[in-house]
Amino acid sequence: MNTMSPSISAEAEMRGKGASIPVPEHKRKDSLMEDKPEDTVIEEGKTVGKPFTDNPKFKLRNVDVSYGADRAIKNISLDIGRNEVIAFIGPSGCGKSTFLRCLNRMNDSIDICRVKGTLELDDQNIYDAKRDVVELRARVGMVFQKPNPFPKSIYDNVAYGPRIHGLANRKSELDDIVENSLRKAGLWNEAKDRLDAMATGMSGGQQQRLCIARAIAVSPEVILMDEPCSALDPIATARVEELIAEMSESYTIVIVTHSMQQAARVSNRTAYFHMGHLVEVNETDTVFTSPQHPLTESYITGRFG
Amino acid sequence: MTDQRSQAEIVRKSLKRRYRKERRFRLYGILAIFIALASLFILFADIISKGHTGFVKTTITLDVSLDSGLMYLDDPTDKDQWSNADFKAPILAALQAQVPEAAGAAEKRELGRFLGTFADSEIRNLLTKNPELLNTTQTIEFPTHDRVSVYVKHADNPRYSIKLSEQQQRWVDELVQKGIIDTSFNDVLFSRGDSREPANAGVLGAIVGSLLTMLVTLAISFPVGIAAAVYLEEFAPQNKLTDFIEVNINNLAAVPSIIFGLLGLAVFINLFGMPRSVPVVGGLVLALMTLPTIIISSRAAIKSVPPSIREAAEGIGASKMQVVLHHVVPLAMPGMLTGSIIGMAQALGETAPLLLIGMVAFIVDVPDGLFSSATVLPVQIYLWASSSEQGFVELASAAIMVLLTFMIIMNALAIWLRKRLERRW
Amino acid sequence: MQTANLLPLVLVLAVVAYGLAYMRSRAVAAPLGGIRNLKALPFYYAARAALWCAIPALIVLAVWAGFEDKVIQGIVIASLPQDTWPESAGQASLILSQISNVAAGSLNPEFLPKHITGAASLLEAMQDKSGNFKAILVVLIAVLGATFAWTRVAPHINARKNVETTLRRIFFACAALAVLTTAGIVFSVFLETMRFFDRVPITEFLFGTSWSPQTAIRIDQIGSEGAFGVIPLFTGTLLISAIALLVAVPVGLLSAIYLSEYASKRMRSTVKPVLEMLAGIPTVVYGFFAALTVAPFIRELAAIVGMEASSQSALAAGLVMGIMIVPFVSSLSDDVISAVPQTMRDGSLALGATQSETMKKVIFPAALPGIIGGILLAASRAIGETMIVVMAAGLAANLTANPLDSVTTVTVQIATLLVGDQEFDSAKTLSAFALGMLLFIVTLLLNVVALKIVRKYREQYD
Repeated sequence: MNTMSPSISAEAEMRGKGASIPVPEHKRKDSLMEDKPEDTVIEEGKTVGKPFTDNPKFKLRNVDVSYGADRAIKNISLDIGRNEVIAFIGPSGCGKSTFLRCLNRMNDSIDICRVKGTLELDDQNIYDAKRDVVELRARVGMVFQKPNPFPKSIYDNVAYGPRIHGLANRKSELDDIVENSLRKAGLWNEAKDRLDAMATGMSGGQQQRLCIARAIAVSPEVILMDEPCSALDPIATARVEELIAEMSESYTIVIVTHSMQQAARVSNRTAYFHMGHLVEVNETDTVFTSPQHPLTESYITGRFG
Repeated sequence: MTDQRSQAEIVRKSLKRRYRKERRFRLYGILAIFIALASLFILFADIISKGHTGFVKTTITLDVSLDSGLMYLDDPTDKDQWSNADFKAPILAALQAQVPEAAGAAEKRELGRFLGTFADSEIRNLLTKNPELLNTTQTIEFPTHDRVSVYVKHADNPRYSIKLSEQQQRWVDELVQKGIIDTSFNDVLFSRGDSREPANAGVLGAIVGSLLTMLVTLAISFPVGIAAAVYLEEFAPQNKLTDFIEVNINNLAAVPSIIFGLLGLAVFINLFGMPRSVPVVGGLVLALMTLPTIIISSRAAIKSVPPSIREAAEGIGASKMQVVLHHVVPLAMPGMLTGSIIGMAQALGETAPLLLIGMVAFIVDVPDGLFSSATVLPVQIYLWASSSEQGFVELASAAIMVLLTFMIIMNALAIWLRKRLERRW
Repeated sequence: MQTANLLPLVLVLAVVAYGLAYMRSRAVAAPLGGIRNLKALPFYYAARAALWCAIPALIVLAVWAGFEDKVIQGIVIASLPQDTWPESAGQASLILSQISNVAAGSLNPEFLPKHITGAASLLEAMQDKSGNFKAILVVLIAVLGATFAWTRVAPHINARKNVETTLRRIFFACAALAVLTTAGIVFSVFLETMRFFDRVPITEFLFGTSWSPQTAIRIDQIGSEGAFGVIPLFTGTLLISAIALLVAVPVGLLSAIYLSEYASKRMRSTVKPVLEMLAGIPTVVYGFFAALTVAPFIRELAAIVGMEASSQSALAAGLVMGIMIVPFVSSLSDDVISAVPQTMRDGSLALGATQSETMKKVIFPAALPGIIGGILLAASRAIGETMIVVMAAGLAANLTANPLDSVTTVTVQIATLLVGDQEFDSAKTLSAFALGMLLFIVTLLLNVVALKIVRKYREQYD
């Protein structure tokens, strides 16, 4: 119990803390998966379709992720190709976000999370103790579900990454990086006259594009996107999807999405997750027009979501 | 724009420097925590090292022949004789018997300085209670003078100045060897009030004074605080008056304590003419000080009672007041109690406001009522710490240890209560 | 009768009223077929009677007892022959104490002028009369109240509503006590401050650079012109508070950052309570530590380096005060840092920032307003602290910026001016109230600003 300025600390105790551990997907209660007979059909480690590619950017083998005693990801093997856009789809709580967060080791900050298996980026094991997570994250960027710009100016938001990694030697170089990133994110025209304005004053769609610009500014090789449009309105969503299409020329993009239409629109390949298993991976057209696994078909046709 | 390959290079190069900064940052954090904890530790170590000797008293035990001739006292009941009697003489005689080397008058005077200033009161009290003991020999324990205790307890401590001559020191050593001068647990500390001599000074008066004052504080601030919290949480309408009251409470919680002393002085003592230095006034001032703390913590406790309980009670048809008194308050009581105990612990340690309302007088007697002159433990510590007699340093430290013990007990009680009565909604 | 005896008497009467009303309500209910036919439970009729008995009586008792002495004193003074009327409040209190001592029998009236002894017997008589009147009035009101409520015991009267309304009003009064206290502080201190400014001009007070509060005991006494300029007191306060903050802010802030970002749960749950302990230690203990251990230590240290430090250096007091304030800074900083949303941390970490970079460049700037609010609150605490400075800092006003010198602060002066015997009219004692007013205003401003900042900052993240 705080003995000083009791008014402030009593309030704090009541409000609770802002930091919290995200609830693992498979633990969220909105999963309807409880008692469907299809559950018995999934074989562990067996993925239908074409999970592997030539010369992959990411090579993931037998990945197993547990939160304490719960297995969230069960023996998944997958390749992510260079410069492709691959969509992770699946019902709520199937583990797509968890799996995504393994790729840039964001799960490290959760104490009870254990990752097993082989995860390689350009043939280098990213979970090797000798590998540096800071370096990894400079190569693999992330855009989050809810736009999270820093309470700084637009310029400082975009410049943050290059500054900490020391990517620019002079102010003019930094200016260039910021301008290029904003252009690529399609924000330059809207932002160029108010680079010093607070980023938090922008609309939701603009903020998310700012977050994309921020991620691009570090020149990553891969960009991970965790349901980037779920907090945006349809128009903003459309703009972000345009962006993804443009960005796919220079980056490998992994996008987790709840919307099958979005997956169909933006991705080359699609991976269908179901309760921690990777059920099917194939070209997007194939997955949506002629899915091979019964579970995939049920999901596509709307039996469960 | 840097391309992806050279970007990787740049990042890799920056890593060493950045991780060095990271390590340094963590080091600063640990250093800060260490400084804070070390200070606490040093404080406690210092107090204990200074104060543990305060729990030890030095005494001279002598076989005193209560000779009526020596004392010029034949009839203890005769008032004139009594007031002219020399009660110190037999003690001096017994002491001189133990130290035969003290021959001349000057040396005998030096010997006499071993006795505490009030040694004669031992004889006086003995003969008052049992006058038939006149002309018998009794073994009596006398407190030594501060100079002797300082020498016996702190001879090797450079902070203390020894006020005994070489010869006196030798005598003391002899007497210690013979077992005449001895150290034992300082029961005087807990059985007497303040005194001019460290050997006779105790904290009992201050403890009782603190207890009485706390009683008044609790009796006023606990019910009023809870009533105010209940009103603000359950009944107060959302209007300017309520906001004003809340603002006032929050401000009062942060007002320096000495200002409450000014308030007590101006209103209770000057305006209402209440006596200075009594537990009632001290309790009133501390109650006003503790009130905001209790209100704020009680409000938090009330807020934590879930609305489902209230709704259930209302559904049965209980009136608002009944819901509050029969359900909400009992359920919030553990939190309220915890907050109040902690508030009381704070009030126990308060000094400044009580100085202003006069509880700084030299009180020898143990207070016997709410309206008798008293002092409180922290003020006693302050008085002793400011004294020029070096024997009071260890007493002040010992008193601090007593005070801290009380506070630790109270805080532990609050924590235990909270754990015991906690409910998980 | 003594107030102390009347209190339990009123309570006893209230209990009697309770019992009587309870019985009556049951009696009234019986012929109707039971208590369910009453509008309220018998308990409420009884409670109402007890409240009507006790509350008016207690209010009258409190008011009478509060002002009894002052009124009697006024009458006694007025009764003295005009040429002996006291010329100042000081003289008045002197005469009054003489009179009351004679009345109490502790002063021998033999050598005192006649009017004093006459006044003494008047005092006794008045006190007796007042005591009797008070007792009669209070008991009368109690009985009347009880009777009124007793007659109001009837099946159609909803005693519960009455009791609950009364209770609500009592609760309101308890809450309003806070306002009353603030009003009390403001008025009492304000009045004395105004009286002070009658004697010493406010400009000298606020802008004078010399503080030596003395008042002439005799009118013609030379060399006792007091100087009442607060500037040296303020600089002393600021010096010591600055040293304290210099210690507390880095230690508290860095501890909070480490505990919230890097420490394991176990470490956090053990270290945090220990840090809070620092705030729970009574200030007199800190003062003792500062005066008897830290100050001599600093003096020796300074001597080794060849500098001279006072035995009551500002540094000693400031250091110890800093340690005391650490929990204020660390606890509040910890709260505001934890309030920064996790997504912000995630965003920074995902870009490849290290934890310290995230903290330094994202979280700390975001939490800064809240942290500043916390620092302001800690500063306010430091400024208002009394015991540490009374015991470890000096008494002589000294306009200096050297931490090794001895300075005095506002709170020390308030304490020393008012402890001990004083007359209530001298500029010396009144200056203490003026200082108190200054202290109250400054800490109030700091607290208001701090709370505003913290609140505004909190709104950002809700």
